Amino acid sequence: MPVNADFQGRTYPPMEPYGVSAAKIREFAEAVGSADPVHTDVDAARARGYADVIAPPTFAVLIAQQCDAQLIADPDAGIDFSRVVHGEQKFVHHRPLTAGDSIVGTLHVDTVREAGGHAMVTTRTELATEGGEPVCTATSTIVIRGGE
Amino acid sequence: MPESTAVPRVRRAADVTVGDELPSTTIHVDRARLVQYAGASLDRNRIHWDEPFAKAVGLPDVIAHGMFTMGAAVTLVCDWVGDAGRVVEYGTRFTRPVVVPYESGADLEVSGVVKAVDPESRRVTVELTATAAGEKVLGRAVAVARLD
Repeated sequence: MPVNADFQGRTYPPMEPYGVSAAKIREFAEAVGSADPVHTDVDAARARGYADVIAPPTFAVLIAQQCDAQLIADPDAGIDFSRVVHGEQKFVHHRPLTAGDSIVGTLHVDTVREAGGHAMVTTRTELATEGGEPVCTATSTIVIRGGE
Repeated sequence: MPESTAVPRVRRAADVTVGDELPSTTIHVDRARLVQYAGASLDRNRIHWDEPFAKAVGLPDVIAHGMFTMGAAVTLVCDWVGDAGRVVEYGTRFTRPVVVPYESGADLEVSGVVKAVDPESRRVTVELTATAAGEKVLGRAVAVARLD
């Protein structure tokens, strides 16, 4: 089944808030090999002017991919997950994700297009605090490889 | 802001020139690392840790998460800047998978060069190059950091 082009322009309802924890930030920083104490040492983070430890630049993907799952798991979208390859990713940080943040992600399907027998879907997840302060814009392009 | 010996100074835009090279690094990637990243990121796709599964879906072997490679590569910029929270934009294309054999793992070689400096906003643009087995694995990997 081809990817459903009608999904272009769709916006999903905001997700349940994701609580950013110091423990998850530490775990993620260790996994990507970031030794910056700003991820693990609250005193170092405060010395730089942050309220608490902050997340590495790609941590937001963890929240954004939970938002993307709404689209990928939607049978009407026609996305075969076994054929999905991550094509592009971009983050624009309005401020660092910080331990203690309660973050709401809202998924937008920006483009759905076919190219060279593959489908390409670009999504944008706007991450904001529950109070509406913008924190990060995460843009992802997935490629759904065409059938044989 | 209090000074702390544990906290490095943030690099100054005035000390940076277009063409400056960041100190390059080699990051060793093995299966344990990918399992660690899978847990930390909640991306548990089997192609990143289950060799028979990866081969059954047509891959040469287990491959690293593109987001692992992206996250590991940007630590070069974070260390050079002196504060991971100053990375305000970061994007890339995933051009080739990093194949991670059981015995040898893979070596990810990461380098970076300054492409632009805006003295007004003190924003610098760094282009990253990441290679594994002699092939570029990231395309147009660009990070923007706000310096002092």
